[in-house]
Amino acid sequence: MIINHPLLGPRDSAEFTYLGDASLLNRPDPDTATPKDWHDYAYLRDNPAGLHRELWFHEGGDRSWLVVTRNTVTHEITKVELARDVARGLASDVAGMGTKRSGG
Amino acid sequence: MRYSGFKVIKEALTGHKGWRPAWRDPEPQSHYDIVIIGGGGHGLATAHYLAKIFGQKRIAVLEKGWIGGGNVGRNTTIIRSNYLLDGNEPFYEFSLKLWEGLEQDLNYNAMVSQRGIMNLIHSDAQRDAYIRRGNAMILNGADAEYMDADQIRKEYPFLNFDDARFPIKGGLAQRRGGTVRHDAVAWGYARSADSHGVDILQNCEVTGFRIENGKCLGVETSRGFIGAGRVGCAVAGSSGRLMSKAGMRLPIESHVLQAFVSEGLKPILPGVITFGAGHFYVSQSDKGGLVFGGDIDGYNSYAQRGNLPVVEDVCEGGMALMPMIGRARLLRMWGGIMDMSMDGSPIIDRTHIDGLYFNGGWCYGGFKATPASGYAFAHLLARDIPHPTATAYRFDRFETGHMIDEKGMGNQPNLH
Ligand SMILES: Cc1cc2nc3c(=O)[nH]c(=O)nc-3n(C[C@H](O)[C@H](O)[C@H](O)COP(=O)(O)OP(=O)(O)OC[C@H]3O[C@@H](n4cnc5c(N)ncnc54)[C@H](O)[C@@H]3O)c2cc1C
Repeated sequence: MIINHPLLGPRDSAEFTYLGDASLLNRPDPDTATPKDWHDYAYLRDNPAGLHRELWFHEGGDRSWLVVTRNTVTHEITKVELARDVARGLASDVAGMGTKRSGG
Repeated sequence: MRYSGFKVIKEALTGHKGWRPAWRDPEPQSHYDIVIIGGGGHGLATAHYLAKIFGQKRIAVLEKGWIGGGNVGRNTTIIRSNYLLDGNEPFYEFSLKLWEGLEQDLNYNAMVSQRGIMNLIHSDAQRDAYIRRGNAMILNGADAEYMDADQIRKEYPFLNFDDARFPIKGGLAQRRGGTVRHDAVAWGYARSADSHGVDILQNCEVTGFRIENGKCLGVETSRGFIGAGRVGCAVAGSSGRLMSKAGMRLPIESHVLQAFVSEGLKPILPGVITFGAGHFYVSQSDKGGLVFGGDIDGYNSYAQRGNLPVVEDVCEGGMALMPMIGRARLLRMWGGIMDMSMDGSPIIDRTHIDGLYFNGGWCYGGFKATPASGYAFAHLLARDIPHPTATAYRFDRFETGHMIDEKGMGNQPNLH
């Protein structure tokens, strides 16, 4: 697979390590989260057949974290974003809703 | 029809006209006492034990394609019971004991071959870890044997013993481990289940569950609605996809694992060997092909085919361990979808929905578990209590902190 890195262009996926579902960016708020929230966050996955947003780390490159949108049935990659940008977007969404949140 | 040596000779002399299909091809009934989803090894074994051991009637196995087309027909056929942890070892040892009597139980030649498995050791720390594991196995009634390098040299003289980076220092052998003809396991269980009245319904995909007031009443399928008293799900790599139709999220990710077979060679490899310094394991099939594999590809996949970096990694592992493998030509390779759980161990449990039961999370090691998984799942479905060897395989272990993490990797499925 070739991952089209937003800063470095097309790179071999072998340069990356894989973490999993990008929902891991939505860490529960430690001030309010219940044990069940943590369990669901840490252990449960949607695991879809089809489009999947997932975290890849460019370990053999610029050491950035990426959010890759990939089809788990065909392995086709349709979108690659810097995880930093995605996390900032999430933080501002949440901030907009008036919840305390530290972001990224 | 019972199979026997006498029957084979009689048929050979009479033009093979007396063989009958090994199982029926029935039409679905409108309601069963127990419906099993998934005609892989685990689903078919469950049906066999439900009917034969637990005396249940009116059972169906629903398979979306053909039986044996999933992982049961794609794996590298290794059986063993060399686990460390209490939650696992008694279960896998129970499974190995069932393998030892399987062919008589099924009246089917599954080519169970206890040719032994040898896990190679390359460092002092690894020796300590393997000896500890061997002791845990012996405490649970399994067999384990520590071998030094000279003993291994006698059995496998061609291994790369004196490699500068990863010399072979010893090994942990389990003589009762080995290989089994994988397709024959599916067919043998199917034939036996069918002979005890189980309906095996192929080309019957489950597309949804009918759930009312927290109770599962049956399943929607490509061949219509089928009512059921209890529903057991055993769909391995499709677990996430299937259970999402019941509104469940699982502690499971689906990943692809590849396997490889070389051209047929004269007998060269007496047992199963695993490389301790990289991810590579190999055995030789009765047809002569070297059957080998390594790591999962490492990212979520439902594609049933892998990518080249892992092919390269597996071949490098093979070359490092037994350089002569470089002379063999690769004949074919394929992939299967693994239900990788968050601690690397399986789940055999009730769900929060009445009448809906789940069996999955087998990772890359569920073939050896087939008999015990079927037995334990049948026990749970018939009696509503877990089998004594499977009490740790609960959904809630991730909430209560009772994970069964053989490798100590934590909640990252691609590392198990
Ligand atoms: C390459 C490879 C090597 C392996 N090597 C080993 C090994 O050496 N030793 C070992 O112990 N294990 C090994 N495994 C793991 C082992 O094969 C699996 O853990 C085990 O086979 C899974 O259980 P099963 O046989 O029931 O699965 P499967 O055979 O996959 O059965 C599941 C069935 O469910 C069906 N299904 C899915 N969705 C639906 C639906 N909606 N409706 C109806 N039916 C459905 C599928 O079509 C499939 O036939 C390996 C796996 C692979 C892929």
